[in-house]
Amino acid sequence: MERPEVMSIQSSADVVLVRQAVRQCAVDLKFSLVDQTKLVTAASELARNTLDYGGGGTVTIETVDTGDRRGVRLTFADQGPGIPNLELALKDGYTTGGGLGMGLSGTKRLVNEFDIVSKVGEGTVVTIIKWK
Amino acid sequence: MERIPILQMGEFLLVTIQVDMHDRLAMTLQDDLTNRISQVKARGVLIDISALEIVDSFIGRILGNIAKMAQVLDAQTVVVGMQPAVAITLVELGLSLTGIRTALNVEKGMALLTSTFNQDGTAIELSVLPRERADLYGET
Amino acid sequence: MGSTSKIPEILQHHEAELLSAWLQEITATSNRRGLLKEVELREECREFLSLFREAVRQNSTSTSDIQGIAWQEMRNLLTAISRSRSQKGFSPSETASFVFSFKQPLFEQLQRELAQDGQALVDNIWMATHLLDKLGLFTTEIYQKTREEVIRRQQEELMELSTPVVKLWDGVLALPIIGTLDSARTQVVMESLLQKIVETGSEVAIIDITGVPTVDTLTAQHLLKTITAARLMGADCIISGIRPQIAQTIVYLGVDLANVITKSSLADAFALALQRVGLKIVQRTQP
Repeated sequence: MERPEVMSIQSSADVVLVRQAVRQCAVDLKFSLVDQTKLVTAASELARNTLDYGGGGTVTIETVDTGDRRGVRLTFADQGPGIPNLELALKDGYTTGGGLGMGLSGTKRLVNEFDIVSKVGEGTVVTIIKWK
Repeated sequence: MERIPILQMGEFLLVTIQVDMHDRLAMTLQDDLTNRISQVKARGVLIDISALEIVDSFIGRILGNIAKMAQVLDAQTVVVGMQPAVAITLVELGLSLTGIRTALNVEKGMALLTSTFNQDGTAIELSVLPRERADLYGET
Repeated sequence: MGSTSKIPEILQHHEAELLSAWLQEITATSNRRGLLKEVELREECREFLSLFREAVRQNSTSTSDIQGIAWQEMRNLLTAISRSRSQKGFSPSETASFVFSFKQPLFEQLQRELAQDGQALVDNIWMATHLLDKLGLFTTEIYQKTREEVIRRQQEELMELSTPVVKLWDGVLALPIIGTLDSARTQVVMESLLQKIVETGSEVAIIDITGVPTVDTLTAQHLLKTITAARLMGADCIISGIRPQIAQTIVYLGVDLANVITKSSLADAFALALQRVGLKIVQRTQP
Protein backbone atom coordinates (compact mmCIF):
# COMPACT_ATOMS: atom_id res chain seq x y z
CA MET A 1 0.00 0.00 0.00
CA GLU A 2 1.14 3.53 -0.84
CA ARG A 3 2.11 5.62 2.18
CA PRO A 4 1.61 8.28 3.35
CA GLU A 5 -2.02 7.58 2.71
CA VAL A 6 -4.62 10.28 3.17
CA MET A 7 -8.18 9.20 3.93
CA SER A 8 -11.29 11.27 4.27
CA ILE A 9 -13.52 10.93 7.35
CA GLN A 10 -17.06 11.99 6.51
CA SER A 11 -19.25 9.17 7.80
CA SER A 12 -19.23 6.38 10.35
CA ALA A 13 -18.46 3.93 7.52
CA ASP A 14 -15.25 5.93 6.90
CA VAL A 15 -14.26 5.35 10.54
CA VAL A 16 -14.41 1.60 9.84
CA LEU A 17 -12.22 2.06 6.74
CA VAL A 18 -9.69 4.09 8.76
CA ARG A 19 -9.52 1.30 11.35
CA GLN A 20 -8.86 -1.25 8.62
CA ALA A 21 -6.16 0.84 6.93
CA VAL A 22 -4.41 1.50 10.26
CA ARG A 23 -4.58 -2.21 11.13
CA GLN A 24 -2.96 -3.04 7.77
CA CYS A 25 -0.18 -0.54 8.41
CA ALA A 26 0.49 -1.99 11.89
CA VAL A 27 0.50 -5.53 10.46
CA ASP A 28 2.98 -4.48 7.75
CA LEU A 29 5.33 -3.20 10.46
CA LYS A 30 4.89 -6.47 12.37
CA PHE A 31 3.44 -4.87 15.51
CA SER A 32 2.46 -7.32 18.27
CA LEU A 33 -1.25 -8.09 18.49
CA VAL A 34 -1.63 -5.99 21.63
CA ASP A 35 0.11 -3.00 20.04
CA GLN A 36 -1.98 -3.39 16.88
CA THR A 37 -5.13 -3.39 18.97
CA LYS A 38 -4.03 -0.33 20.96
CA LEU A 39 -3.18 1.64 17.82
CA VAL A 40 -6.39 0.71 15.99
CA THR A 41 -8.46 1.57 19.06
CA ALA A 42 -6.72 4.96 19.35
CA ALA A 43 -7.35 5.57 15.64
CA SER A 44 -11.01 4.69 16.09
CA GLU A 45 -11.41 7.13 18.98
CA LEU A 46 -9.72 9.98 17.14
CA ALA A 47 -11.50 9.32 13.84
CA ARG A 48 -14.81 9.48 15.66
CA ASN A 49 -13.79 12.76 17.33
CA THR A 50 -12.89 14.19 13.92
CA LEU A 51 -16.30 13.15 12.63
CA ASP A 52 -18.45 14.11 15.62
CA TYR A 53 -16.76 17.27 16.93
CA GLY A 54 -14.75 18.42 13.91
CA GLY A 55 -17.59 17.91 11.43
CA GLY A 56 -15.42 15.57 9.35
CA GLY A 57 -11.86 15.85 8.16
CA THR A 58 -8.92 13.72 7.08
CA VAL A 59 -6.39 11.29 8.48
CA THR A 60 -2.86 10.81 7.18
CA ILE A 61 -1.36 7.37 7.79
CA GLU A 62 2.41 7.10 7.47
CA THR A 63 5.30 5.00 8.70
CA VAL A 64 8.23 6.64 10.47
CA ASP A 65 11.73 5.25 10.55
CA THR A 66 14.40 6.90 12.69
CA GLY A 67 17.00 4.25 11.96
CA ASP A 68 16.86 2.54 15.33
CA ARG A 69 13.09 2.27 15.61
CA ARG A 70 10.06 2.22 13.39
CA GLY A 71 6.50 3.26 14.02
CA VAL A 72 3.20 4.51 12.65
CA ARG A 73 2.21 8.17 12.66
CA LEU A 74 -1.42 9.19 12.32
CA THR A 75 -2.46 12.80 11.81
CA PHE A 76 -6.14 13.68 12.22
CA ALA A 77 -7.13 17.11 10.94
CA ASP A 78 -10.43 18.93 10.83
CA GLN A 79 -11.68 22.47 10.20
CA GLY A 80 -14.27 22.31 12.97
CA PRO A 81 -14.98 24.66 15.87
CA GLY A 82 -11.75 23.76 17.74
CA ILE A 83 -11.33 23.05 21.43
CA PRO A 84 -11.52 26.13 23.70
CA ASN A 85 -9.92 24.53 26.76
CA LEU A 86 -7.35 21.88 25.80
CA GLU A 87 -6.21 21.22 29.35
CA LEU A 88 -9.75 20.37 30.39
CA ALA A 89 -10.34 18.21 27.31
CA LEU A 90 -7.26 16.14 28.17
CA LYS A 91 -8.47 15.38 31.69
CA ASP A 92 -9.64 11.89 32.57
CA GLY A 93 -13.41 11.74 32.60
CA TYR A 94 -14.00 14.88 30.57
CA THR A 95 -16.57 14.60 27.81
CA THR A 96 -19.06 16.71 25.93
CA GLY A 97 -20.45 14.06 23.63
CA GLY A 98 -22.06 11.74 26.16
CA GLY A 99 -19.39 9.11 25.68
CA LEU A 100 -17.59 7.45 28.54
CA GLY A 101 -15.31 10.43 29.00
CA MET A 102 -12.17 8.57 28.06
CA GLY A 103 -11.76 10.12 24.61
CA LEU A 104 -8.52 12.07 24.59
CA SER A 105 -6.87 11.13 27.87
CA GLY A 106 -7.53 7.42 27.33
CA THR A 107 -6.32 7.58 23.76
CA LYS A 108 -3.11 9.24 24.93
CA ARG A 109 -2.33 6.20 27.10
CA LEU A 110 -2.64 3.84 24.12
CA VAL A 111 0.15 5.44 22.10
CA ASN A 112 3.75 6.59 22.67
CA GLU A 113 3.47 10.15 21.43
CA PHE A 114 0.47 12.41 21.44
CA ASP A 115 0.26 15.97 20.23
CA ILE A 116 -2.76 18.22 19.82
CA VAL A 117 -3.05 21.67 18.30
CA SER A 118 -6.40 23.39 18.30
CA LYS A 119 -7.57 26.89 17.39
CA VAL A 120 -11.08 28.03 18.16
CA GLY A 121 -12.92 28.62 14.90
CA GLU A 122 -10.17 27.08 12.78
CA GLY A 123 -9.97 23.42 13.66
CA THR A 124 -7.98 20.73 15.41
CA VAL A 125 -4.96 18.61 14.46
CA VAL A 126 -4.11 15.54 16.54
CA THR A 127 -0.89 13.64 15.84
CA ILE A 128 -0.05 10.30 17.43
CA ILE A 129 2.90 7.93 17.05
CA LYS A 130 3.08 4.32 18.14
CA TRP A 131 6.59 2.86 18.09
CA LYS A 132 7.18 -0.79 17.49
CA MET B 1 -30.28 -2.29 5.71
CA GLU B 2 -27.44 -4.22 7.30
CA ARG B 3 -28.36 -5.91 10.61
CA ILE B 4 -26.76 -8.17 13.16
CA PRO B 5 -28.86 -11.34 13.62
CA ILE B 6 -30.34 -12.12 17.04
CA LEU B 7 -30.93 -15.81 17.82
CA GLN B 8 -33.45 -17.02 20.36
CA MET B 9 -32.55 -20.03 22.54
CA GLY B 10 -35.35 -20.75 24.95
CA GLU B 11 -35.63 -17.78 27.26
CA PHE B 12 -32.22 -16.42 26.21
CA LEU B 13 -31.15 -14.32 23.26
CA LEU B 14 -27.78 -14.80 21.59
CA VAL B 15 -25.99 -12.20 19.50
CA THR B 16 -22.69 -12.97 17.81
CA ILE B 17 -20.92 -9.87 16.56
CA GLN B 18 -18.72 -10.86 13.65
CA VAL B 19 -18.29 -7.70 11.67
CA ASP B 20 -16.29 -4.56 12.28
CA MET B 21 -19.32 -2.54 13.35
CA HIS B 22 -19.75 1.04 12.33
CA ASP B 23 -21.51 3.24 14.83
CA ARG B 24 -24.95 3.20 13.21
CA LEU B 25 -24.95 -0.59 13.05
CA ALA B 26 -24.20 -0.69 16.79
CA MET B 27 -27.09 1.68 17.48
CA THR B 28 -29.39 -0.51 15.38
CA LEU B 29 -28.30 -3.54 17.40
CA GLN B 30 -29.16 -1.71 20.61
CA ASP B 31 -32.67 -0.92 19.29
CA ASP B 32 -33.29 -4.40 17.88
CA LEU B 33 -32.12 -6.12 21.02
CA THR B 34 -34.28 -4.11 23.43
CA ASN B 35 -37.30 -4.66 21.17
CA ARG B 36 -36.67 -8.41 21.02
CA ILE B 37 -36.20 -8.71 24.80
CA SER B 38 -39.57 -7.10 25.33
CA GLN B 39 -41.27 -9.07 22.51
CA VAL B 40 -40.19 -12.55 23.58
CA LYS B 41 -39.89 -11.74 27.28
CA ALA B 42 -36.29 -12.94 27.30
CA ARG B 43 -34.64 -13.41 30.69
CA GLY B 44 -31.05 -13.38 29.53
CA VAL B 45 -28.90 -11.94 26.73
CA LEU B 46 -25.56 -13.33 25.61
CA ILE B 47 -23.38 -11.09 23.49
CA ASP B 48 -20.48 -13.00 21.92
CA ILE B 49 -17.67 -10.60 20.98
CA SER B 50 -14.93 -13.21 20.46
CA ALA B 51 -14.59 -12.14 16.81
CA LEU B 52 -14.29 -8.44 17.63
CA GLU B 53 -10.79 -7.11 17.06
CA ILE B 54 -11.32 -3.88 18.95
CA VAL B 55 -13.76 -2.44 21.44
CA ASP B 56 -13.50 1.34 21.63
CA SER B 57 -15.35 3.70 23.96
CA PHE B 58 -18.35 3.86 21.65
CA ILE B 59 -18.86 0.10 21.46
CA GLY B 60 -18.13 -0.04 25.19
CA ARG B 61 -20.91 2.47 25.77
CA ILE B 62 -23.35 0.51 23.58
CA LEU B 63 -22.58 -2.70 25.52
CA GLY B 64 -23.15 -0.86 28.79
CA ASN B 65 -26.42 0.63 27.51
CA ILE B 66 -27.68 -2.76 26.37
CA ALA B 67 -26.93 -4.23 29.80
CA LYS B 68 -28.76 -1.39 31.58
CA MET B 69 -31.76 -1.43 29.26
CA ALA B 70 -32.02 -5.21 29.56
CA GLN B 71 -31.90 -4.87 33.33
CA VAL B 72 -34.83 -2.48 33.22
CA LEU B 73 -36.68 -5.05 31.11
CA ASP B 74 -35.82 -7.75 33.69
CA ALA B 75 -33.19 -9.55 31.63
CA GLN B 76 -29.52 -10.27 32.53
CA THR B 77 -26.74 -9.55 30.05
CA VAL B 78 -23.47 -11.44 29.79
CA VAL B 79 -20.70 -10.36 27.41
CA VAL B 80 -18.61 -13.37 26.41
CA GLY B 81 -15.36 -14.13 24.63
CA MET B 82 -13.45 -10.85 24.85
CA GLN B 83 -9.95 -11.32 23.39
CA PRO B 84 -6.92 -10.67 25.66
CA ALA B 85 -5.55 -7.88 23.44
CA VAL B 86 -8.95 -6.18 23.47
CA ALA B 87 -9.20 -6.49 27.26
CA ILE B 88 -5.70 -5.05 27.80
CA THR B 89 -6.50 -2.14 25.48
CA LEU B 90 -9.81 -1.40 27.19
CA VAL B 91 -8.15 -1.30 30.60
CA GLU B 92 -5.42 1.02 29.28
CA LEU B 93 -8.10 3.22 27.74
CA GLY B 94 -9.65 3.49 31.20
CA LEU B 95 -12.79 1.46 30.61
CA SER B 96 -13.59 -1.39 32.97
CA LEU B 97 -17.22 -1.79 31.83
CA THR B 98 -18.43 -1.78 35.41
CA GLY B 99 -21.78 -3.47 35.79
CA ILE B 100 -21.39 -5.74 32.80
CA ARG B 101 -21.08 -9.44 33.54
CA THR B 102 -18.57 -11.43 31.57
CA ALA B 103 -17.75 -15.05 30.77
CA LEU B 104 -14.98 -16.77 28.82
CA ASN B 105 -17.23 -18.31 26.15
CA VAL B 106 -20.87 -18.86 25.18
CA GLU B 107 -21.09 -22.12 27.10
CA LYS B 108 -19.82 -20.57 30.34
CA GLY B 109 -21.98 -17.52 29.76
CA MET B 110 -25.03 -19.72 29.40
CA ALA B 111 -24.10 -21.56 32.60
CA LEU B 112 -23.72 -18.22 34.37
CA LEU B 113 -27.19 -17.07 33.28
CA THR B 114 -28.78 -20.40 34.21
CA SER B 115 -27.16 -20.39 37.63
CA THR B 116 -28.30 -16.82 38.22
CA PHE B 117 -31.86 -17.92 37.71
CA ASN B 118 -31.39 -20.99 39.87
CA GLN B 119 -30.29 -18.61 42.61
CA ASP B 120 -27.39 -20.77 43.68
CA GLY B 121 -25.23 -17.78 44.12
CA THR B 122 -22.26 -18.56 41.87
CA ALA B 123 -22.79 -15.59 39.58
CA ILE B 124 -20.01 -13.01 39.42
CA GLU B 125 -20.80 -9.40 38.97
CA LEU B 126 -17.99 -7.03 38.24
CA SER B 127 -19.26 -4.27 40.45
CA VAL B 128 -20.06 -6.17 43.65
CA LEU B 129 -18.53 -4.90 46.86
CA PRO B 130 -15.75 -6.86 48.51
CA ARG B 131 -17.83 -7.98 51.43
CA GLU B 132 -20.55 -9.29 49.16
CA ARG B 133 -17.88 -11.04 47.16
CA ALA B 134 -16.63 -12.76 50.25
CA ASP B 135 -20.18 -13.87 50.99
CA LEU B 136 -20.46 -15.27 47.51
CA TYR B 137 -17.43 -17.40 48.13
CA GLY B 138 -18.79 -18.63 51.40
CA GLU B 139 -16.21 -16.72 53.46
CA THR B 140 -17.02 -14.59 56.44
CA MET C 1 48.50 14.60 -0.43
CA GLY C 2 46.32 11.58 -1.17
CA SER C 3 47.43 11.34 -4.77
CA THR C 4 51.01 11.00 -3.70
CA SER C 5 50.17 8.06 -1.48
CA LYS C 6 52.79 5.37 -1.66
CA ILE C 7 50.83 2.98 0.51
CA PRO C 8 49.19 0.81 -2.17
CA GLU C 9 52.52 0.43 -3.93
CA ILE C 10 54.37 -0.46 -0.76
CA LEU C 11 51.68 -2.92 0.25
CA GLN C 12 51.91 -4.54 -3.15
CA HIS C 13 55.70 -4.89 -3.23
CA HIS C 14 56.37 -5.81 0.37
CA GLU C 15 53.31 -7.85 1.23
CA ALA C 16 55.24 -10.88 2.51
CA GLU C 17 57.58 -8.83 4.74
CA LEU C 18 54.77 -6.74 6.16
CA LEU C 19 52.73 -9.80 6.86
CA SER C 20 55.41 -11.59 8.81
CA ALA C 21 56.41 -8.43 10.73
CA TRP C 22 52.77 -7.81 11.61
CA LEU C 23 52.19 -11.40 12.71
CA GLN C 24 55.27 -11.18 14.88
CA GLU C 25 53.97 -7.97 16.41
CA ILE C 26 50.57 -9.54 17.16
CA THR C 27 52.06 -12.66 18.70
CA ALA C 28 54.50 -10.62 20.77
CA THR C 29 51.84 -8.35 22.29
CA SER C 30 49.08 -10.90 22.72
CA ASN C 31 48.82 -13.27 25.64
CA ARG C 32 45.90 -15.07 24.07
CA ARG C 33 47.80 -17.20 21.63
CA GLY C 34 45.89 -20.30 22.58
CA LEU C 35 42.59 -18.80 21.52
CA LEU C 36 43.51 -18.22 17.91
CA LYS C 37 44.93 -20.62 15.41
CA GLU C 38 48.07 -19.38 13.67
CA VAL C 39 46.65 -20.29 10.26
CA GLU C 40 43.43 -18.39 10.85
CA LEU C 41 45.29 -15.33 12.05
CA ARG C 42 47.60 -15.37 9.05
CA GLU C 43 44.60 -15.65 6.73
CA GLU C 44 42.86 -12.72 8.48
CA CYS C 45 45.99 -10.55 8.23
CA ARG C 46 46.52 -11.44 4.58
CA GLU C 47 42.95 -10.56 3.71
CA PHE C 48 43.16 -7.30 5.69
CA LEU C 49 46.29 -6.33 3.77
CA SER C 50 44.79 -6.93 0.37
CA LEU C 51 41.53 -5.17 1.20
CA PHE C 52 43.42 -2.25 2.73
CA ARG C 53 45.54 -1.89 -0.39
CA GLU C 54 42.51 -2.08 -2.65
CA ALA C 55 40.50 0.45 -0.63
CA VAL C 56 43.34 2.98 -0.41
CA ARG C 57 44.02 2.63 -4.12
CA GLN C 58 40.35 3.16 -5.08
CA ASN C 59 39.91 5.97 -2.68
CA SER C 60 43.28 7.65 -2.98
CA THR C 61 41.92 11.18 -2.97
CA SER C 62 39.76 10.88 0.12
CA THR C 63 41.38 9.31 3.13
CA SER C 64 38.95 10.03 5.89
CA ASP C 65 35.75 8.19 5.10
CA ILE C 66 35.76 4.51 5.96
CA GLN C 67 31.96 4.42 5.64
CA GLY C 68 32.25 4.77 1.86
CA ILE C 69 31.61 2.09 -0.71
CA ALA C 70 35.34 1.42 -1.23
CA TRP C 71 35.61 0.22 2.35
CA GLN C 72 32.55 -2.04 2.23
CA GLU C 73 34.53 -5.29 2.00
CA MET C 74 36.92 -4.15 4.72
CA ARG C 75 34.01 -3.35 7.02
CA ASN C 76 32.57 -6.81 6.37
CA LEU C 77 35.88 -8.44 7.22
CA LEU C 78 36.33 -6.44 10.43
CA THR C 79 32.72 -7.11 11.43
CA ALA C 80 33.33 -10.85 11.09
CA ILE C 81 36.62 -10.62 13.00
CA SER C 82 35.13 -8.54 15.83
CA ARG C 83 32.18 -10.86 16.22
CA SER C 84 34.30 -13.98 16.42
CA ARG C 85 36.79 -12.30 18.83
CA SER C 86 33.91 -11.19 21.06
CA GLN C 87 32.46 -14.69 21.12
CA LYS C 88 35.86 -16.22 21.88
CA GLY C 89 36.22 -13.99 24.93
CA PHE C 90 38.73 -11.36 23.77
CA SER C 91 38.53 -7.95 25.42
CA PRO C 92 37.58 -4.92 23.29
CA SER C 93 41.14 -3.55 23.39
CA GLU C 94 42.62 -6.87 22.38
CA THR C 95 40.20 -6.91 19.46
CA ALA C 96 41.15 -3.40 18.37
CA SER C 97 44.87 -4.25 18.75
CA PHE C 98 44.54 -6.47 15.73
CA VAL C 99 44.27 -3.31 13.63
CA PHE C 100 46.53 -1.04 15.69
CA SER C 101 49.40 -3.52 15.72
CA PHE C 102 49.69 -3.08 11.97
CA LYS C 103 50.92 0.47 12.49
CA GLN C 104 54.46 -0.40 13.51
CA PRO C 105 55.36 -2.69 10.58
CA LEU C 106 53.70 -0.31 8.11
CA PHE C 107 55.43 2.80 9.47
CA GLU C 108 58.79 1.09 9.48
CA GLN C 109 58.31 0.10 5.88
CA LEU C 110 57.20 3.63 4.94
CA GLN C 111 60.28 5.02 6.66
CA ARG C 112 62.56 2.75 4.66
CA GLU C 113 60.87 3.64 1.39
CA LEU C 114 60.50 7.37 1.90
CA ALA C 115 63.63 8.18 3.89
CA GLN C 116 64.63 10.73 1.22
CA ASP C 117 61.36 12.64 1.16
CA GLY C 118 60.42 13.93 4.61
CA GLN C 119 57.20 15.59 3.52
CA ALA C 120 55.89 12.48 1.75
CA LEU C 121 56.80 10.36 4.78
CA VAL C 122 54.83 12.57 7.13
CA ASP C 123 51.89 12.71 4.75
CA ASN C 124 51.76 8.96 4.30
CA ILE C 125 52.15 8.17 7.99
CA TRP C 126 49.47 10.68 8.80
CA MET C 127 47.11 9.12 6.30
CA ALA C 128 47.83 5.58 7.47
CA THR C 129 47.42 6.38 11.14
CA HIS C 130 44.19 8.21 10.41
CA LEU C 131 42.73 5.24 8.59
CA LEU C 132 43.97 2.59 10.99
CA ASP C 133 42.58 4.53 13.96
CA LYS C 134 39.17 4.65 12.33
CA LEU C 135 39.27 0.97 11.46
CA GLY C 136 40.36 0.11 15.00
CA LEU C 137 37.52 2.11 16.48
CA PHE C 138 35.16 0.44 14.05
CA THR C 139 36.10 -2.99 15.44
CA THR C 140 35.39 -1.71 18.96
CA GLU C 141 32.00 -0.47 17.88
CA ILE C 142 31.08 -3.81 16.32
CA TYR C 143 32.42 -5.62 19.39
CA GLN C 144 30.12 -3.51 21.56
CA LYS C 145 27.13 -4.12 19.32
CA THR C 146 27.72 -7.87 19.39
CA ARG C 147 27.77 -7.78 23.18
CA GLU C 148 24.60 -5.71 23.30
CA GLU C 149 22.83 -8.19 21.05
CA VAL C 150 23.83 -11.01 23.40
CA ILE C 151 22.53 -9.09 26.40
CA ARG C 152 19.27 -8.27 24.66
CA ARG C 153 18.74 -11.89 23.66
CA GLN C 154 19.46 -13.09 27.18
CA GLN C 155 17.04 -10.55 28.60
CA GLU C 156 14.31 -11.79 26.27
CA GLU C 157 15.00 -15.40 27.16
CA LEU C 158 15.03 -14.58 30.85
CA MET C 159 11.73 -12.75 30.48
CA GLU C 160 10.11 -15.79 28.85
CA LEU C 161 11.59 -18.21 31.37
CA SER C 162 10.59 -16.10 34.33
CA THR C 163 6.88 -15.98 33.63
CA PRO C 164 5.54 -19.52 33.50
CA VAL C 165 1.78 -19.87 33.72
CA VAL C 166 0.95 -23.27 35.22
CA LYS C 167 -2.29 -25.17 35.34
CA LEU C 168 -3.11 -26.32 38.89
CA TRP C 169 -6.43 -27.95 38.08
CA ASP C 170 -9.05 -27.90 35.37
CA GLY C 171 -10.16 -24.29 35.33
CA VAL C 172 -7.48 -23.06 37.75
CA LEU C 173 -4.25 -21.37 36.63
CA ALA C 174 -1.36 -20.11 38.72
CA LEU C 175 1.25 -17.49 37.92
CA PRO C 176 4.12 -17.53 40.39
CA ILE C 177 6.05 -14.28 39.99
CA ILE C 178 9.67 -14.23 41.14
CA GLY C 179 11.82 -11.10 41.15
CA THR C 180 11.11 -7.45 40.54
CA LEU C 181 8.17 -6.53 38.37
CA ASP C 182 8.97 -3.71 36.01
CA SER C 183 6.76 -2.25 33.34
CA ALA C 184 8.07 -4.34 30.43
CA ARG C 185 7.99 -7.57 32.39
CA THR C 186 4.49 -6.95 33.70
CA GLN C 187 3.26 -6.54 30.15
CA VAL C 188 4.72 -9.92 29.19
CA VAL C 189 3.27 -11.50 32.34
CA MET C 190 -0.12 -9.94 31.70
CA GLU C 191 -0.27 -11.10 28.10
CA SER C 192 0.83 -14.65 28.76
CA LEU C 193 -1.61 -15.03 31.65
CA LEU C 194 -4.57 -13.71 29.67
CA GLN C 195 -3.63 -15.82 26.66
CA LYS C 196 -3.45 -18.93 28.81
CA ILE C 197 -6.84 -18.13 30.36
CA VAL C 198 -8.39 -18.18 26.87
CA GLU C 199 -6.53 -21.32 25.79
CA THR C 200 -7.48 -23.36 28.84
CA GLY C 201 -10.88 -21.80 29.51
CA SER C 202 -9.86 -21.22 33.13
CA GLU C 203 -12.18 -19.18 35.29
CA VAL C 204 -9.76 -18.60 38.14
CA ALA C 205 -6.14 -17.49 38.06
CA ILE C 206 -3.92 -17.22 41.13
CA ILE C 207 -1.15 -14.62 40.98
CA ASP C 208 1.39 -15.57 43.63
CA ILE C 209 3.79 -12.78 44.56
CA THR C 210 5.69 -14.57 47.36
CA GLY C 211 8.87 -14.10 45.31
CA VAL C 212 8.41 -10.40 44.66
CA PRO C 213 10.69 -8.38 46.99
CA THR C 214 8.99 -5.01 46.74
CA VAL C 215 5.95 -3.47 45.18
CA ASP C 216 5.78 0.13 44.03
CA THR C 217 2.79 2.11 42.79
CA LEU C 218 3.46 1.21 39.16
CA THR C 219 3.72 -2.51 39.87
CA ALA C 220 0.56 -2.46 41.92
CA GLN C 221 -1.24 -0.63 39.16
CA HIS C 222 -0.01 -3.16 36.61
CA LEU C 223 -1.33 -5.97 38.77
CA LEU C 224 -4.68 -4.24 39.07
CA LYS C 225 -4.82 -3.77 35.31
CA THR C 226 -4.14 -7.47 34.77
CA ILE C 227 -6.92 -8.36 37.15
CA THR C 228 -9.35 -5.94 35.50
CA ALA C 229 -8.48 -7.27 32.03
CA ALA C 230 -9.03 -10.85 33.22
CA ARG C 231 -12.43 -9.86 34.59
CA LEU C 232 -13.39 -8.29 31.28
CA MET C 233 -12.68 -11.67 29.70
CA GLY C 234 -14.73 -13.50 32.30
CA ALA C 235 -12.07 -14.82 34.68
CA ASP C 236 -11.30 -13.98 38.31
CA CYS C 237 -7.86 -13.44 39.81
CA ILE C 238 -6.70 -14.12 43.36
CA ILE C 239 -3.49 -12.57 44.65
CA SER C 240 -1.58 -14.69 47.13
CA GLY C 241 1.67 -14.43 49.05
CA ILE C 242 1.55 -10.75 49.94
CA ARG C 243 4.29 -10.15 52.52
CA PRO C 244 3.63 -7.94 55.53
CA GLN C 245 6.02 -5.22 54.24
CA ILE C 246 4.25 -5.24 50.90
CA ALA C 247 0.86 -4.98 52.60
CA GLN C 248 2.18 -1.91 54.43
CA THR C 249 3.59 -0.38 51.26
CA ILE C 250 0.32 -0.93 49.41
CA VAL C 251 -1.62 0.91 52.09
CA TYR C 252 0.91 3.75 52.33
CA LEU C 253 0.90 4.16 48.56
CA GLY C 254 -2.86 4.43 48.63
CA VAL C 255 -3.36 1.62 46.11
CA ASP C 256 -6.95 0.40 46.23
CA LEU C 257 -7.04 -3.39 46.42
CA ALA C 258 -10.56 -3.42 47.85
CA ASN C 259 -12.06 -5.16 44.85
CA VAL C 260 -9.31 -7.76 44.66
CA ILE C 261 -9.40 -11.09 46.44
CA THR C 262 -6.20 -11.63 48.40
CA LYS C 263 -5.01 -14.70 50.31
CA SER C 264 -1.93 -15.03 52.44
CA SER C 265 -0.62 -18.26 50.93
CA LEU C 266 -0.83 -20.07 47.63
CA ALA C 267 -2.46 -23.02 49.45
CA ASP C 268 -5.30 -20.83 50.76
CA ALA C 269 -5.76 -19.30 47.33
CA PHE C 270 -5.88 -22.76 45.75
CA ALA C 271 -8.53 -23.95 48.21
CA LEU C 272 -10.61 -20.87 47.41
CA ALA C 273 -10.13 -21.37 43.68
CA LEU C 274 -11.29 -24.99 43.90
CA GLN C 275 -14.34 -23.90 45.83
CA ARG C 276 -14.96 -21.33 43.14
CA VAL C 277 -15.02 -23.98 40.38
CA GLY C 278 -17.21 -26.21 42.54
CA LEU C 279 -14.64 -28.59 44.00
CA LYS C 280 -13.46 -29.41 47.51
CA ILE C 281 -10.47 -31.22 48.97
CA VAL C 282 -11.47 -33.76 51.65
CA GLN C 283 -9.55 -36.14 53.91
CA ARG C 284 -9.67 -39.68 52.56
CA THR C 285 -11.65 -41.95 54.87
CA GLN C 286 -9.75 -45.01 56.14
CA PRO C 287 -11.01 -48.25 54.54
